[in-house]
Amino acid sequence: MPPVAPRSGDAIFANVERVNAELFTLTYGAIVRQLLTDLEEVEEVNKQLDQMGYNIGIRLIDEFLAKSNVSRCNDFRETTDVIAKVGFKMFLGVTASVTNWDADGTCCSIVLEDNPLVDFVELPDNCQGLYYCNILSGVIRGALDMVSMKTEVTWLRDVLRGDDVFELQVKLLKHVPEEYPYKDDE
Amino acid sequence: MQFFGGSEISPSPPAPTASGNNGHMMYVFNRNGVCLLYREWNRPLRTLNAQQDHKLMFGLLFSLKSLTAKMDPTSAAEKGNLGMPQLPGQGCSFHSFRTNTYKLSFMESPSGIKIILVTHPRTGDLRESLKYIYNLYVEYVVKNPLYTPGSPIRCELFNTTLDQYVRGIA
Repeated sequence: MPPVAPRSGDAIFANVERVNAELFTLTYGAIVRQLLTDLEEVEEVNKQLDQMGYNIGIRLIDEFLAKSNVSRCNDFRETTDVIAKVGFKMFLGVTASVTNWDADGTCCSIVLEDNPLVDFVELPDNCQGLYYCNILSGVIRGALDMVSMKTEVTWLRDVLRGDDVFELQVKLLKHVPEEYPYKDDE
Repeated sequence: MQFFGGSEISPSPPAPTASGNNGHMMYVFNRNGVCLLYREWNRPLRTLNAQQDHKLMFGLLFSLKSLTAKMDPTSAAEKGNLGMPQLPGQGCSFHSFRTNTYKLSFMESPSGIKIILVTHPRTGDLRESLKYIYNLYVEYVVKNPLYTPGSPIRCELFNTTLDQYVRGIA
């Protein structure tokens, strides 16, 4: 049996169930709005969005792996490339690019020019500290966590704060080796 | 050394039926060794209690995987001692083994979900089937909002769909 080639992001995107983009955007907006009302502090909202994203990420990784036939990445460069080209396409319908690698290949930026989450969005003055798309960084962190990569994901540029693109910095902290989970005396 | 007549010492079960019903049991483990699911269709002999049984199965796979990676003659990558923790995706892995009485097929996703299917020894290549079961797991378990990741699976719909699918495996 020859190994099945990984599918392209476009092919998967064409095959999965989709929701109306505006419905998606507005629903997300409503969630953020509600969080702002409930939690009051912008910092708390950022944290909550990140946590929600993380919870999505740890589930989403299985769907990603099952549908994309991606089996293993040889290094972190390949991993981020797959996230940008296949992952973003599959779940958000946009592609991102990867730039700004550091010398040892553990830190890079994912640049999003098009982001369906922020259509119709403007940040009011009292919410300037809000990372509106913080859910995305949580998703990436959660998904990579499940494939044994501890990462730190931070926003460097944000269109809502006046930059021209969205830029996410992904920093690989460590690979977690697989260990035998049981103790001998159990 | 004395050899015994092949048919006497290693009796094979009757030939598989074309209509399916060749599955014995199935396990799903997560990366932490938690048995998320155990299904049994045909298992007349049981020697251990369920918990020991699951642990033994997980231990077998874990050791076998590290053994196969250690024995790999092709990979030039630096190999540690046998039993050294491996990074996921490092080294090779096996996908099935066969004894005279059963065949065990194994699939591991990069996220550490392990699916083990024990069937009649003469069933064919089940890698595609396991991948299909992984897709079922995604649709019925992962996407179920009532399911907490890492806990045993209690989804009726998943079980029935799975039973139906495994019954059809020839």
